[in-house]
Amino acid sequence: MARPGARPRFSARHPAGTIAGAASLLQRTAILVFLVALCWWAAAGIQINVQRIGRGLPAIARIFSSMAPDAQWLWPAVETMGQTLAIALIGTTLGAVLAIPVAILAARNIVVYRAISALGRQLSNAIRAFPELVLGVFFVAAYGPGATAGTLALGVHSIGMLAKLYADIMENVDPGPAEALLAAGAGKLQVFRFAILPQVLPEFVAAALYRFEINLRAANVLGLVGAGGIGVILLQALTLRRWGVVGTCLLVIVAVVSVVDYGSACLRKRLV
Amino acid sequence: MASSSYTQPSTASPLPQLRRLKLLWLVAGLIVAAAYALSARTTEFNLWTIIRDSDLFFQLIREMVPATKERWVHLLTNYLPRLRGPFLQTAQMAILGTVTGAVLSIPLIVLSSRNISPHPAVYTVAKGLMNLLRTIPDLLYAAIFVAAFGVGPISGILALAVFSTAVLAKLTSESVEAVDPGPLEALRAAGGTNLQILRHAVVPQVAPLFWSHCLYVFEVNIRASTVLGLVGAGGIGQQLQLMLSLFQYENAFVIIVVTFLLVAVIDGVSNRIRERLV
Repeated sequence: MARPGARPRFSARHPAGTIAGAASLLQRTAILVFLVALCWWAAAGIQINVQRIGRGLPAIARIFSSMAPDAQWLWPAVETMGQTLAIALIGTTLGAVLAIPVAILAARNIVVYRAISALGRQLSNAIRAFPELVLGVFFVAAYGPGATAGTLALGVHSIGMLAKLYADIMENVDPGPAEALLAAGAGKLQVFRFAILPQVLPEFVAAALYRFEINLRAANVLGLVGAGGIGVILLQALTLRRWGVVGTCLLVIVAVVSVVDYGSACLRKRLV
Repeated sequence: MASSSYTQPSTASPLPQLRRLKLLWLVAGLIVAAAYALSARTTEFNLWTIIRDSDLFFQLIREMVPATKERWVHLLTNYLPRLRGPFLQTAQMAILGTVTGAVLSIPLIVLSSRNISPHPAVYTVAKGLMNLLRTIPDLLYAAIFVAAFGVGPISGILALAVFSTAVLAKLTSESVEAVDPGPLEALRAAGGTNLQILRHAVVPQVAPLFWSHCLYVFEVNIRASTVLGLVGAGGIGQQLQLMLSLFQYENAFVIIVVTFLLVAVIDGVSNRIRERLV
């Protein structure tokens, strides 16, 4: 029998044949109907043309089959991929450093004034809400096309992302050592240096490494809006339909992203 | 005699180890420093010039933010209603991309979960395919699909679908690998077929997590679909790109603010639902 006020769930918690079972079946049917209606509405709005998709499929097959890497373009691709890596590295570092003050503001156990910590959280939320690519477009408009715009875009977006993670990490700190130091008469700076920093630093570095993986993926596409890196070559190759060059770039991207992901995951495992 | 055998390891052996550790740190530090020096050179990133040229940045902000009340009224009454279509299209793209991805991910989940995959070779291939698909960002898929299917939302939906399939398969196969093996073993011992095991032991444990992952991917797709238009794949991003290329910065500002609000609202609602699910 269902307890009154028990929260309904999607899982098959209630056996069939009971009132609760019937209710959960009804609920699931309602959700299914809602989802189907949603898809119907969306498909009608976009005017999905199955014939057009059908015509596109051979084109896709042709494109992928003509993507055999072009050895001549391997070096330019590797060189600009180096720039992409550099954009990701500097952008992540910029974000990882600048996120610390925002996170300190946002952590509820460090800044005791609720108004300030709410402000810090909202600040990081607001920064996070702008996708890297919109920031990229914005900085390209301000500083002109090039790696600087891409680096700034990644840096600013990372502040928002990392500040939230940092704040969560700081809020989960074990208060024991800090209390012990306070009881022994340590100053605020000493407490931070000897009780909080040793606990949070490895996790901060792990979060920044994870961010680096994401930023590397983002840096690959920042070039599509003119913000430097391998995306610039890729965009030109795509507009000129030089599929061999596209294939070369994709190969380099896949290889570098896989290696960085693997290395970063190994490092993170050792850190935390 | 006894004392020498006691003191020797404690004084002699830690030192080389410590020295090796110091050397390791030194090498790591040098590599990191070299990476930064090289990166700074290739990107020509210079904080000083960025700060020196910050008037460019503030100039852009001044051009974006409407200065007078009349401009605000004009934008909100004349331009904002015209954005309804592109924004609806953005949401529709995210919905269709997520649903298509969710459907396509189901077979891939079964093949790429170690504990229910039909064969280790199949598992390896499926997992490899998934990781390969995930290394290419959704925007790159969109750019390629635009070349094949033309400019428009269909390219965007397909790009979202491919990327969502890979992400959902990865997240959910990890959930499947972490299920309680008890029910699986019990059903297998009782002679249940693979399909019965899947239906009665795996699905009930994984379904709430799968729905939660779907919502998460939907959030990601909403964010992604707002920018897919920058490469011509439909939605509000196409408007944004148009307005920026026409130097209509005030209109671009309206688009950015509305996008911001939309993403924030959808994130909030989706987070609420996910908290209830898991």
